[in-house]
Amino acid sequence: MSSGDGSLLLDVRGLTVRFPTPDGIVQAVSDVSFTVSRGETLGVVGESGSGKSVSNLAIMGLLNRSRTSIAGEVLFGGRNLLALPPDELRKIRGKDIAMVFQDPFACLHPMYRVGAQIAEAYSAHSDGGKGVAWNRAVELLDHVGIPNAKSRARDYPHQFSGGMRQRAMIAMALVHNPDILICDEPTTALDVTVQAQILELIEDVKREFNIGVILVTHDLGVVAETANSVMVMYAGRVMEYGPAGEIFSLPQHPYAWGLLDSMPSIEKRLESLVPIEGSPPSLLSPPSGCPFHPRCPYRFEPCPTERPPLQAPVPEAHLDACHLPWEKKVELGAQRAKKVAA
Amino acid sequence: MIFYIARRLVWTLVVVFCVIGITYVVFYKLPAGNPALRFAGKSPTQQELTEIEHRLGLDRPWYVQFGKYAYNFFAGDKYGWPGLGYTFASGTSVKSLVFSRAPRTLLLIAGAAVLWLVSGVAIGVLSAVRRRSLTDRFAMGFALFGISTPVFWLGLMMLYIFWSKLGWAGGTGYVSPADSPTGFFSHMILPWVTLALLYAAFYARMTRNNLLETMGEDYIRTARAKGLSERRVIFKHGLRASLTPIVTMFGLDIALLVGGAVITETVFNIQGLGYLAINSATNQDLPIVAGVVLLAAVAVALANLVVDILYAFIDPRVRYA
Repeated sequence: MSSGDGSLLLDVRGLTVRFPTPDGIVQAVSDVSFTVSRGETLGVVGESGSGKSVSNLAIMGLLNRSRTSIAGEVLFGGRNLLALPPDELRKIRGKDIAMVFQDPFACLHPMYRVGAQIAEAYSAHSDGGKGVAWNRAVELLDHVGIPNAKSRARDYPHQFSGGMRQRAMIAMALVHNPDILICDEPTTALDVTVQAQILELIEDVKREFNIGVILVTHDLGVVAETANSVMVMYAGRVMEYGPAGEIFSLPQHPYAWGLLDSMPSIEKRLESLVPIEGSPPSLLSPPSGCPFHPRCPYRFEPCPTERPPLQAPVPEAHLDACHLPWEKKVELGAQRAKKVAA
Repeated sequence: MIFYIARRLVWTLVVVFCVIGITYVVFYKLPAGNPALRFAGKSPTQQELTEIEHRLGLDRPWYVQFGKYAYNFFAGDKYGWPGLGYTFASGTSVKSLVFSRAPRTLLLIAGAAVLWLVSGVAIGVLSAVRRRSLTDRFAMGFALFGISTPVFWLGLMMLYIFWSKLGWAGGTGYVSPADSPTGFFSHMILPWVTLALLYAAFYARMTRNNLLETMGEDYIRTARAKGLSERRVIFKHGLRASLTPIVTMFGLDIALLVGGAVITETVFNIQGLGYLAINSATNQDLPIVAGVVLLAAVAVALANLVVDILYAFIDPRVRYA
């Protein structure tokens, strides 16, 4: 699936995450599989609550183990991260796999200097002294485009703007030249003008360090610009997964069509935006069959009862989970592609 | 930072001035009748009354009286600084009485404060980290016990068990550390524990709740994502942010106890400031009551100042506000 130039970095197989709650078990992620290679940006798209963030937190081992049950495999460097003892996983976390979160306003500790927080990330996996760590922090702040990095490193987060904070978070993620950078909606909380800069920075970083990037977003525009491959998620399941070019030239799943229809652009007038009717299903009692069928305008007999498997409908197509016949997908998908291009 | 401290300092002075004003109004102006009569203690002679009226400036307009009152406090009177006046009933300066009692109360508070801060925060952290475990339940049960136990009962039980029955601790009364350090400790340990228990229980609960809340913050997830050890995440990132409200509480609690540790003082017969105030109130020795009230209020204002300054060191956002 990789359109990057490098070797396979991360191989996620059948990832399933369940949270027991007083009202029953919430299955936030169901049987999700994907890969990330060096130089690849995987865009993960879906509405809120589709399991995008949870799958990444599961990979990072940041979910409370005592209150979640996680199944499947996350293979990284020949090891299954899900089976590692917490201390072993901790050595990988922040070193080989690093993460940038959604809200830079809440993600930096308000009481420590920005530089100190980055230096701490360095010291967490390195024996170098405090001075070395601090210099590394300044170097990275400079690298991610913070002007006067040397003096700004002594600032506290509240003295940084949103964009600068997100840059600082990226700097923090990069201290150990990780193999994989997970960006969980890195631009959602930022101004539109700053969003583009941050995305550009992530792209630059990817190219420069030749790493794999997982970019979680609900903004298809972001994905169209940066991703090599795209995974569309809904209700904790993968609905469609393939190279970005194919997803945008011939989207195969009605949910992806819905996302494309509801995506605003400068060319499209507001009245031509078509929202997806209804709201995402409760994960406590997900719909039977295809989880999208209650909201799908193209549903037919098998949809409410049979869950469509994630597979390529014809050999030349990419993966989708939909019962619609291939001809129908080609016809309706091509219309979206035209619409997007128009 | 210096500007911030200067501003807080000025505000504290304003507050102290207001406190003096309120004390003046409460003791001189609000009650009906001649203030001199109340200040003189029981059954004064006419000669004494005239003397008191003159001393307090009651024969002058109110602003002169108040000016004199405030000036005496800030600049000191003939008995030294701060000028708290003279008690005619006991025939001595209020200052000398207060200063003879203050060390007892301050040492009582200091010992108890160390105990409750250390044990309260430690129990709170343990409870939060082992949330819903047996340790947590036990600790919170202890907190409930501490909060609901009346101090006088607890004090008496302590005395009964550890002094009367077991003989481990010294009994009631106060032994100056200058006279006998061991006697001082053996007599203070029970009052310390008694006074500390209630506060330790409060602090344990508060630390637990704050820490649990902080541990749900996004920056804690960031700290974990860096690959820090759980110990470091809790103590460096979690506790630091949870301690700010505790610092506030701590400062105010200590200040309030300056005049408010009466029950403990009474049960253990320590005869500190609270005892002095209560005793003077029953004897209608108003100058002493006024003096203790004023000092206790100023202690609260000063504690607020210290808390504000500490706050600026703990939370950088305050400095620039």
